[in-house]
Amino acid sequence: METITFKIDGRNCTAEKGQNLIEAAKQNGIFIPTLCHFKHLNPLGSCRVCTVKNNGHTIAGCIVKVAEGMNIEVNTPELLDARKAILEMMFVEGNHFCPSCEKSGDCDMQNLAYETGIRYTRFPHLFVDRIVDAHPKRIAVNQNRCIKCQRCIEEVNTNDGYKVFQLTEKGNKTQVSIDYEQEAKLSAAEAEHAMHICPTGSILVKGKTFSKPFGDRAFDYKLGRKDISLNDIKKHTTTKGSKKRIATTSLAGCFGCHMSLLDIDLGLLDVIELVDIHKSPLTDIKKFTERCDIGLIEGGCCNTDNVEVLREFRKNCDILISVGECAIWGGLPAMRNTVPLEACLSEAYLNSMTSEEGETIIPNHEDIPKILNNVYANHDVVKIDYHIPGCPPNANHIWNVVKHILFEEEYTIAYSEFKYD
Amino acid sequence: MKRSRLLTRLWEFQNKYGYIPDVAISEIAQKLRVSKIEIEGVVSFYHFFHRQPTGKYIIYLSSSIISEFKGLNEIKTAFEKETGCTFGVYNQHPLFSLFETSCIGLSDQEPAALINFYPFTNLTPKKVASIIQDLKNGIQVDSIANKPASKIQFIPSEEKTVFFRDYHLGNSLENLKYLDANEVLDIISDAELTGRGGAFFPTAQKWMYGKNATSELKYIICNADEGEPGTFKDKALIQNLPGLIIEGMIISAYISGAQKGFIYLRAEYSYLLAKLKATLVKFQKHNLLGKNILKIPNFNFDIEIQLGAGAYVCGAETALIESLEGKRGEPRIRNSFPTERGFNNHATIVNNVETFAMAARIIELGSEYISKIGTKNSKGTKLLSVAGDIAKPGIYEIEWGTTVEELLNRCEANAPYFVQISGPSGECINATEFNRKFCQEDLACGGSVMIFNRSRSILQILENFIQFFKNESCGNCTPCRAGNQILFEKIQKIKRGICTTDDLKDVQKWAQIMKLTSRCGLGQFSGKTFSMAIDKFDDYFNLKVTTCSDNCNVEFDIEQAISDYEQVVKNTQL
Repeated sequence: METITFKIDGRNCTAEKGQNLIEAAKQNGIFIPTLCHFKHLNPLGSCRVCTVKNNGHTIAGCIVKVAEGMNIEVNTPELLDARKAILEMMFVEGNHFCPSCEKSGDCDMQNLAYETGIRYTRFPHLFVDRIVDAHPKRIAVNQNRCIKCQRCIEEVNTNDGYKVFQLTEKGNKTQVSIDYEQEAKLSAAEAEHAMHICPTGSILVKGKTFSKPFGDRAFDYKLGRKDISLNDIKKHTTTKGSKKRIATTSLAGCFGCHMSLLDIDLGLLDVIELVDIHKSPLTDIKKFTERCDIGLIEGGCCNTDNVEVLREFRKNCDILISVGECAIWGGLPAMRNTVPLEACLSEAYLNSMTSEEGETIIPNHEDIPKILNNVYANHDVVKIDYHIPGCPPNANHIWNVVKHILFEEEYTIAYSEFKYD
Repeated sequence: MKRSRLLTRLWEFQNKYGYIPDVAISEIAQKLRVSKIEIEGVVSFYHFFHRQPTGKYIIYLSSSIISEFKGLNEIKTAFEKETGCTFGVYNQHPLFSLFETSCIGLSDQEPAALINFYPFTNLTPKKVASIIQDLKNGIQVDSIANKPASKIQFIPSEEKTVFFRDYHLGNSLENLKYLDANEVLDIISDAELTGRGGAFFPTAQKWMYGKNATSELKYIICNADEGEPGTFKDKALIQNLPGLIIEGMIISAYISGAQKGFIYLRAEYSYLLAKLKATLVKFQKHNLLGKNILKIPNFNFDIEIQLGAGAYVCGAETALIESLEGKRGEPRIRNSFPTERGFNNHATIVNNVETFAMAARIIELGSEYISKIGTKNSKGTKLLSVAGDIAKPGIYEIEWGTTVEELLNRCEANAPYFVQISGPSGECINATEFNRKFCQEDLACGGSVMIFNRSRSILQILENFIQFFKNESCGNCTPCRAGNQILFEKIQKIKRGICTTDDLKDVQKWAQIMKLTSRCGLGQFSGKTFSMAIDKFDDYFNLKVTTCSDNCNVEFDIEQAISDYEQVVKNTQL
């Protein structure tokens, strides 16, 4: 084999001629994220998460075969941002509810999102209604989580050489469909293999998945990970020098983030020294009487009251922080966003097990907040300065962010404290 | 059965039953020894194949932006009223099924529709009523269809006309008798012909790659999948000069040594099939196709026509090849040129209709004739399909280097404001740029020019474009599939009146990300016009959005957000 030299981000690298760039980079200690690229499969170039530049032209890294003198760029700010954007697109295109996903902790896509430090998506969530196909014999396919990487299409065949999965439709309707007849030929082991090569939680083996609900969480505690740095926080001004003031609220959430906040444990004693907690369910102060440095918002906006409270917080706080998945993009309550409001309300008030026969009235009164057509992310309604992901976020994560803002220090979040579930 | 016969076989079922029944899928899957889902994947990719029974008459109404401005909604309502059917819904009427479809290449005669692939143009509600009545009365659809020849509105002076001059069958091919392949290639090279589909790749170079390829079998493909909305110049060539296109293909075969050619004709142009086939027969009769063409020993070449089935992306050459192979029309990842590995992995030359026609004229008239016309980098003339708010829509054969202004005057544009060059994936220009020239150095135009006046909503134009890309993306790569949906959401937000200048900046950043990361041209350029329009029509956008500073509030439309709830409550209080 011929050995060639080429450059990645200006660094000299060597590899075998014609070797796949992803592998060649890895051997030279440079990580290029990938999703659709999978071991022995032909390069697919479909997910675009591995986008790099080759001699100035952008290209999917997984389809590049290295050659003498190539000049590859991987970690330029432009490319880092573009790759992050692709991942964000995957999050908004599907309906990825990490806290309720069997694959959480073992999900390649989630792992890459941690790797790239995604705290929220710049794009609006699309909330398209997608099906969970439980017809197949051994597996169930959850279209909400499919990123159309096509690993399964390439990899899963029956013993007599028939494809089990295939892309159908086109455009925004494109999906990975399953051939029931062929799927029925798969052995239990082959079905499990299909589940494992799926980079998300789209392919699940029926009956098997819940026996070990949260997988091995292989990605959580990997050593040698760089911490995630925080350096883009706006400076606050209100109580410079004196004791800081914090306000908190829970909108369309479950109070779990507040519970997590209390998990700071003994740290709470320090918190009390440093800050006054103003308007908050913890203090039961109902109205703002003073301006606050930080407002911590749990939960998104599902009704008019949420919007009003959120706007009040924006008016009275220097810095607003969305705490938890619900606040960041709607979270679990946003599961209703794929269903029309009328169907939701009918199901809850008219057709439920406990509703009276022939019930026609959906509760409403001028004193009751009105339900919004969707659950909205807080940053859809007001400007949000920082996002703390998690369901709930790790107590240390919350505290680290707050501390950082109060003392205006650079800070990093440990990998194990940065989670979506 | 060969896999490459798949589309043809599916068409047989579609035409016979009005849809592709389950038994057909099973039968084909069995014959090809593939799983059924693989056939489903192909069927569902092309929007002229149906999986549910359709009426005797399938009506495809063009939803192009030109059609929208010329009264699409009225026509839609008229069709629904007259047939009692709803667009996009199956099984409502034994006679009729209604669907919308992307531009059908009749922008100069919109609103237009295809009924069982026969064209009906310049529709009015009255005309729709009479068409439906006739069909209900059992009158044959072909007898009432229009003959939609595009008007050739302009050709240059005689010594500068290349395409629309006298044509005599086989004129260009006569020269092959006296020239060897290299000499013919040199003439094409001297005339500096570049690809007319819009990519401007040097044709001589492509043909040389084809010639030098060591592949055992070689193919010539004529890309007649003219899908870019607003374009209909290839259709005009097929209608008026089908022989010229075929001659271009024969010349290309002479150079490269290919023995087989395909014309990939979009299904929207099915009504041109008969003419094209008749022309091929004429060529065969004159020994210009077949064995030992022109009595040149071992010069064998034949052409087959493949009908597309409704997929814009198949206009991209590698997607077209995939489609020809009987697969989903997804563009390939670029590891090699088709001239190395194309159709069934053999060397394949793919060129646009106009490129082949031009090549034939070059061989007929000589490279010197061509070189005298045009600009430094663009030689000869160019066919433009011009439509929109103008008095004279149709085909314009212009000399490269003609300014937009000259064209606007010729087509008698009425207060032009927004001009879209090369279709939705091209670029838009405003009134300050009308002095720009059509040529590779400046406005590298693929063939479509759409002209909109001041009364037209730019947002409506952009929405139509993004909607088109959203539907027509092959769905394979993330930035194109998801990106176009995301841009579409932004347009909805602007339409609701809750956008700030930050949202417009987002659009430009996001279009740039799509450009950087998409797998093929569709995704790379789908956000381009939107992004450009924001800069070029800031007077328009300033009226639509609020200016945003550092601490700007996010706009949230609470009225809209509670409208569903109020409606539900109202409906349930009765």
